[in-house]
Amino acid sequence: MTIKKTSLNKLHQNYKAKFVEFAGYEMPIQYTKGIIEEHKFTRTNAGIFDVSHMGQLFIYGENELTIELEKIFPLDLKNLKINRSKYSFLMNDDAGIFDDLIITKIEGGYLIILNAACKDKDFEILSKILNNKFKIKLDNERSLIAIQGPRSVEILNSITPEVNKLKFMTGGWFDYQNRKLFVTRSGYTGEDGFEISVLNDLVENFTRNLIDSGAELIGLGARDTLRLEAGLCLYGHELDLNKTPIEANLKWAISKERLSNGGFLGSDKIIKQIQVAPKKIRVGIKPEGRLIAREKSKLFNESNLPIGEITSGTFGPSVNGPIAMGYIDKDFSKANTKILVEVRGKKYPANICGLPFYKKSYVKGATYE
Amino acid sequence: MSEVKFSKEHEWITLEEDVATIGITKHATEMLGDIVFAELPDKGSNVEKDGTAGVVESTKAASDVYTPISGEVVDTNQSIVDDPAKINEDPEGAAWFFKLKIKDISELDTLMNREEYDKFAKETSS
Repeated sequence: MTIKKTSLNKLHQNYKAKFVEFAGYEMPIQYTKGIIEEHKFTRTNAGIFDVSHMGQLFIYGENELTIELEKIFPLDLKNLKINRSKYSFLMNDDAGIFDDLIITKIEGGYLIILNAACKDKDFEILSKILNNKFKIKLDNERSLIAIQGPRSVEILNSITPEVNKLKFMTGGWFDYQNRKLFVTRSGYTGEDGFEISVLNDLVENFTRNLIDSGAELIGLGARDTLRLEAGLCLYGHELDLNKTPIEANLKWAISKERLSNGGFLGSDKIIKQIQVAPKKIRVGIKPEGRLIAREKSKLFNESNLPIGEITSGTFGPSVNGPIAMGYIDKDFSKANTKILVEVRGKKYPANICGLPFYKKSYVKGATYE
Repeated sequence: MSEVKFSKEHEWITLEEDVATIGITKHATEMLGDIVFAELPDKGSNVEKDGTAGVVESTKAASDVYTPISGEVVDTNQSIVDDPAKINEDPEGAAWFFKLKIKDISELDTLMNREEYDKFAKETSS
């Protein structure tokens, strides 16, 4: 299988990216400054992320489509206004997670942003359920760029006026050099920022313009430390087919209006788990000292009995210490519970801790329609 | 002090009488990226040539540190445990890892000199 490249591959090379293969794509893991500096730059200034490997799925239809999508997603889509976004999941009948996603209601349909590793399978699943009744397109002609950090609003607004009117989890079409960009105020770093869907032939020009305005390219390495500090889940780590949104502590993403009647994929299991809490739950974990506990590290209680496993673990540059997330027996899930984590055959002290590790700074209050 | 020698596992070693000082190379730190954790062998313990004698972790991954020579650990550099970023700053100087009282100087014979190592590092990283 040939490795795919995004439209910005040459630009990444120009900026001396180190590449890794991720979900079948050659992606920049870091540039010359390194992960820690790139992470800190995003928290204090504005970082640009090429996330064009992610899927941009457009589904076109009116009320009938909304009714069909409500049979899939745990969302109150009927009452979702145009240009509003929601975080959600594609689940199986047992509430196992195929993918986590952002769905935005747009004029004439929906735009769904999917994980790169899941997008083809998601397309297959959704096409099958929707049974050719609606036009559905996984758009390969568009790139996806995120700009994240406190200066992103000022920088993006200088080349795409009016985006400063957007609030967190809203979006809209904006003009850039007489072409159309779809911009949402969202992202996955815990910072204020935007994701911009831009045509492939325009993306390099657009990205260079952001760089010339003061933003810097940031690799996937820092994207991972940023999202982990923000307590955000990564598919394939915190989320997969063996975990449900309730176990993942993501009940907030399930619409209350939909819980009374169910009727979405996995609803029976979700409703059952809300009534009787599941045995395991996702938590934040801080190893004591500087020890890093990575994915698959086993967790134990103080009597040495196994109680869980780490799903992501790294060093948090802004926290300035090791951080992790994992699944643990619910009896040990309270903040400040002392546990042990096994690293290289030895057990070390760690503490359960509330999420996020680093306070989010979203610009809330959806007023833009 | 003796000429600095290098191992294929990207450690450097210098010798002063029968005490060797060991660290990781600049090339190794460039491959690892930002180092955020270091673990050293216990003072007084014995380590065997090519055996593990420590761990370094970057934001991305953990890597074992091997010893290019056998001996007893007589000193360790606590400052790199307290501030692992020092390893990126001065890997072949202030950020040494541990000192060994060596047993068999002939174990150094298989190691590379600077020129050989630079060539090896270039070939293996491309």
